[in-house]
Amino acid sequence: MKVVWRDREMEEKGTLRVKTGLAEMLKGGVIMDVTTPEQAMIAEEAGAVAVMALERVPADIRAAGGVARMADPGVIEAIMQAVTIPVMAKARIGHFVEAQILEALGVDYIDESEVLTPADERNHIDKWRFTVPFVCGAINLGEALRRIGEGAAMIRTKGEAGTGNVVEAVRHMRTINAEIARLTVTPKDELMTVAKEMGAPYDLVCWVAENGRLPVVNFSAGGIATPADAALMMQLGADGVFVGSGIFKSEDPASRARAIVRAVAHYDDPKLLAEVSRGIGKAMAGLEISEIGPENLIQFRGW
Amino acid sequence: MKKPTIGVLALQGAVREHLAMLERTGARGVALKYPSELHLCSGLIIPGGESTTIGKLMIACGFLEEVRELVGQGMPVYGTCAGLIMLASRLIEGDQPLLGLMDITARRNAYGRQVDSFEADLVLKGIEDPGRPFRAVFIRAPWIEETGPGVEVLGEHGGRVVMARQDGMLVSAFHPELTGDDRIHRYFLRMLEGAEMAERAPGTGG
Repeated sequence: MKVVWRDREMEEKGTLRVKTGLAEMLKGGVIMDVTTPEQAMIAEEAGAVAVMALERVPADIRAAGGVARMADPGVIEAIMQAVTIPVMAKARIGHFVEAQILEALGVDYIDESEVLTPADERNHIDKWRFTVPFVCGAINLGEALRRIGEGAAMIRTKGEAGTGNVVEAVRHMRTINAEIARLTVTPKDELMTVAKEMGAPYDLVCWVAENGRLPVVNFSAGGIATPADAALMMQLGADGVFVGSGIFKSEDPASRARAIVRAVAHYDDPKLLAEVSRGIGKAMAGLEISEIGPENLIQFRGW
Repeated sequence: MKKPTIGVLALQGAVREHLAMLERTGARGVALKYPSELHLCSGLIIPGGESTTIGKLMIACGFLEEVRELVGQGMPVYGTCAGLIMLASRLIEGDQPLLGLMDITARRNAYGRQVDSFEADLVLKGIEDPGRPFRAVFIRAPWIEETGPGVEVLGEHGGRVVMARQDGMLVSAFHPELTGDDRIHRYFLRMLEGAEMAERAPGTGG
């Protein structure tokens, strides 16, 4: 946390409330992966609440192989200059220097992301040390609470990035919801053992048991390719969605982006969903999870 | 007095927090997804969120004209952050649809990027217990660059206007819904009572 003065009046920056607050403002919105200023402007025009600045979308990272790193600062800066909405960028898991660089660039949120090649196979970034807020991926409640314990101000379920296949996103959202529901009916004297088994901080386990939700906003990510996919994740309880390859790997990105924004706003209105799903071109081709091979699944990166 | 029903525009943004705050202050809050639901409400809150997204969705769903008409007829409205931008008549930084109802010029992202977002104690006019500072959370917030003659300034920070009122319209650049302090929401409820009284009294108001 940083204290500064504006005309003799004290301002506290980087507080938890300021970090989680931006995520609260993004609720009900779509965050889109973009690789160029032109794509960022298409996303903003379509009604994205934020963009994720990347060098390659996950589908291309998956296809290219090799080590995936933080994007070139020049690419990120060009995207920041092109739009007025928040700009997020990804750092490798545990790569706190990439995070320091992203903070120095002035990005609005850092995604400590399994989509990039991990830099540390034991530890994640100590996110409390930063003024900029972090979002992290999770496939279950224990992982979500470990990330929050490290200072993450927003969670996204991981899904399986770059596949255009929503099945893993559904699995992770349902898993976390079921684990939260179970906690709310677990007797207080069993919570320490639950915390031990889950590998999660005890105080956060108690908070979830009492409040019946995560203490931060939870978006859905990894495999959303259609307005119906986005609405499905919203009906399953997501606070909003990340769409990675699903937009700019499709036939008509601008129309699809607009349609997904409307689908997230009115996720429980099937008539409107039918209307916006019409005439938006072909979706990205997509991958069947069993054909990827377990060693190539991105979702198991993170500890 | 019966519980007033206040609609919170629920296209995108921090809707849940406003609904919870209304609940606490003894009003009934409803999330509005369609313009037809506006007629069930005696007041409206436009929440914080991404103003470009909210503006585009307001047009796509037919909210823009409907809200303009009802607020023009005197329905009280409170806009926080993105809601302040939507209500402004003029905007510096960015080009987006506005309701254009309030005689203010808003500067979007006035304090900079997220790393410049902050909390600060403000002294506000009009709220209960005005001597007690109000903890204000500013998130990529706008400020009010200029106010027209009919606009009353209710709060400033660092020499900039961050809360103001014009007739039945109230705006704040910061987010009272993210704190436990419900004094601004109570102030808005009193504005509602005032509007109701003006409506009942013959020969007054417009």
